[in-house]
Amino acid sequence: MLPSDMERFRFIEDAFTSSCLRWGYHEVRTPTLEHLNLFTSAGTLTPSLLNRVYSFLDWDGWSGERVVLRPDGTIPVARLFIENFSGQDSVKLFYIANVFVFEESGKENRERWQCGVEHLGNPGATTDIEIIMLALETLRSIGLQNVKLQLSHAGMLKAIIKDLELENESETALLNEVRDGNWRALTDINAQSKTMNSLISLLFDLKGKSSGYLQNLRSLPDISKELCNELDNFIEVTTLLDVLECSYDIDVTFTPGFEYYTGLCFQFLMDGQKVGGGGRYNDLIPLTGGENTPACGFALYVDRLMSLVKPKIGEHAERGIQVQGLSAAPDIIKKCLELSGSLRKLGYIVEIDYTGKSTTWRWLVKVNNKPVYSVTDQNTNKTREAESTASVINIIGGSL
Amino acid sequence: MKKGPSDYVNLALPKGKLLSATSCLLNEMGLGFDDYNRSTRIYRLSSNTQEGLEAKMFQEKDIPIQVAVGNYDLGICGLDWIEELLSRYPDSSLVKVIDLGYDPGTIQLAASRYCDITDISQLVDGGVNWRIVTEYPNLADAAAARLRLKKLRIFPVWGAAEAYPPENADLVVLRTSEEDELNKKGLVPLKELCRSTAFLVANRESLMKKDLSRIISCFSSVLKKVNKPWMEYKPAQDGYFSNGIKPVDDDSIWMAIPDGHQQKHMVKFFNKAGIQLQGYGEEENTRRPSISLESFNVKVIRPQDMPLQVANDNFDIAVTGVDWYFDHLYRFPTSPIVKMLDLGIGKVRMVAVVSESLPIQNTDDLKKMVISGELSPIRVASEYINIADRYLRDNHVSRYKVIPTFGSTEVYLPEDADLLIENTETGATLKAHNLRIIDTLFQSTACVIVNKNSLNDKVKKDRITSLIETFRRAIEA
Repeated sequence: MLPSDMERFRFIEDAFTSSCLRWGYHEVRTPTLEHLNLFTSAGTLTPSLLNRVYSFLDWDGWSGERVVLRPDGTIPVARLFIENFSGQDSVKLFYIANVFVFEESGKENRERWQCGVEHLGNPGATTDIEIIMLALETLRSIGLQNVKLQLSHAGMLKAIIKDLELENESETALLNEVRDGNWRALTDINAQSKTMNSLISLLFDLKGKSSGYLQNLRSLPDISKELCNELDNFIEVTTLLDVLECSYDIDVTFTPGFEYYTGLCFQFLMDGQKVGGGGRYNDLIPLTGGENTPACGFALYVDRLMSLVKPKIGEHAERGIQVQGLSAAPDIIKKCLELSGSLRKLGYIVEIDYTGKSTTWRWLVKVNNKPVYSVTDQNTNKTREAESTASVINIIGGSL
Repeated sequence: MKKGPSDYVNLALPKGKLLSATSCLLNEMGLGFDDYNRSTRIYRLSSNTQEGLEAKMFQEKDIPIQVAVGNYDLGICGLDWIEELLSRYPDSSLVKVIDLGYDPGTIQLAASRYCDITDISQLVDGGVNWRIVTEYPNLADAAAARLRLKKLRIFPVWGAAEAYPPENADLVVLRTSEEDELNKKGLVPLKELCRSTAFLVANRESLMKKDLSRIISCFSSVLKKVNKPWMEYKPAQDGYFSNGIKPVDDDSIWMAIPDGHQQKHMVKFFNKAGIQLQGYGEEENTRRPSISLESFNVKVIRPQDMPLQVANDNFDIAVTGVDWYFDHLYRFPTSPIVKMLDLGIGKVRMVAVVSESLPIQNTDDLKKMVISGELSPIRVASEYINIADRYLRDNHVSRYKVIPTFGSTEVYLPEDADLLIENTETGATLKAHNLRIIDTLFQSTACVIVNKNSLNDKVKKDRITSLIETFRRAIEA
């Protein structure tokens, strides 16, 4: 990333960090290099993703254990939780991490950055709402106003699959596709129950925009008790969003392929491009080897957001000063360092130069062996003389 | 890259088990490779019927890679090795062109008959850290992901995968060509991963940019023949019979001894040491010969695989080569294996080799040519990738790339590699192929390696020390 990219990167990172801190979340950092078995044992990554991870034998890898460049941000945080916070409720964590996945087209980076939040130990729909609000607040604070929120519900889809009572081999193959995130495969299944067939076609053909839509589905005949429970949870969340006047689409086709999702799933779109997503994954901690712990979270995709944000580049140039020593004589160097030190203490960006090069900073202060400094405002091209550090500060400060 | 007119066609042909059937097929096609047969000493062939058609003989496993990287337009090899490459590198420039039909087989995931795994559903549950031994690590890895194995370790081996379970591995992924073969090897199939037959493969770029039709159409027409003599060739069985397993004590010693060309040296050596082995170097061979030493269990595996297998506690002691010991240590510097004894048999030198056509006499000349850009990146072919890597790093040769091979490395010079790291007994074969040795890395002989952890166990240590003393006396005798 070049300086202009880093400026956008830090802008997003700073906005995310300060939102999370204000909501009472705590930052964590996990290792870049993890054991591959952490990801396979959780059963959390789809085969297609597992085949794209960067894994290799470590220097002591004669035992066959492989390490991997972290392909996902959530599973390492789950491990961190199990090892340090197990049994505690309402643990609120956030992280900024790079993840590594092979991508053959070369259009996307193979190292991607995520801003992620994990809220562990709290099962309520209020938590689902909290993390959606936190994500939306972050996105708004970086200037994205028209973020589209899409919702789905993994628990509801899992209940539907269970109700289909599929057994034979071709249907198991379809289910494997579904587990990999290709939910459209469900529409190819011809279930015994007419209700299930019409429920599936309603789900895939219509995009619900209120909790009423889900109430309508729930009122269909012969809906199983388990499916009712899942729909009730989905309705609870959407009702809250309706009250909060937060608009959304219900679209089950995007549901992530991760097996650990158990409830609400959501994603954020900007101009049709996915910029983040998350959901509830109550099975993650037990799958990773911990006690039963409800959990939900989200990640924002920094690389995609970087192309959308426009931080006011050059804003800090206003607070920038070039202190220019007219020669590199020891006494001039000393004066330059003393003056720039005082200015930095006041919060200015101060660059020192002894070569006379031009600068894009607003202020240029020339230092020579005379007792006076010459202070130029490059915005107006006016130059004034200052007899002391205090009067330099006075001229610069007076103009801010 | 290839030079010459665009209708010049380069073919990679297999040595080994596919050679007889492939040679028969090419004869029927009239491709004019008269020297492509088992007794040939040359490996670079020119067609005497088709102008501009040339071929080189490779180990079958190396062919998909050679075609994918564009060194050859066409190649013939088993589908198993094609899938092994494509399952890890789906974007390789390798295209399957024609199923040639001969040498049918299947790649199976299997377990030992003597353990209680009978169904793949058992693999998904539980906290078992499955040990999978295979010549097909990529196919095994993809299968494990599809089957959602929770924990696994894959041990790639050069061969003899069936020898490992149940004691030294839980699962194997291996090729079978006969219905009853798994059963004969004491294994039960759990899942068929893919089928395999001999295939004609092409480089994608060649297929898109060059006219290969005169060769491809020869294959198409010969396959239409009613009489297909090449289908009659049956691959030679490896000649090992399964003799069941016996219960062993926890503190008995597992020893690995080599198959292949080291075997005849070892048979003599064991005789000299007064140790009897039944089923090793005899009429009938087994992967589990019985040994006249109490509390010792013996398995016959590839020497290449022994250092890793001793390091991971699958074996306490093994007779391998110094070359493979170093190759392992260069990859895993803190590995818990130690060389206890050189047997002084099977002496070879590890050497760096270039073609005589290059003006290179020593490592300095080599470095100069790489620095000047004439040979950059220098292509280094070797079976010993870690030794090759270490040699180039230690000599500050940059840039280089190492091409891993499965043997017959001398065929790579000069077209497909610039430097070899190879072993040689007398250097005569290298000389005969117009190759020049520019450096000797070290001497290698058969040696005994031991797992350090086994030496921490008093009972095991006494047994191992006593065997080594017996070996030492045999060397001195």
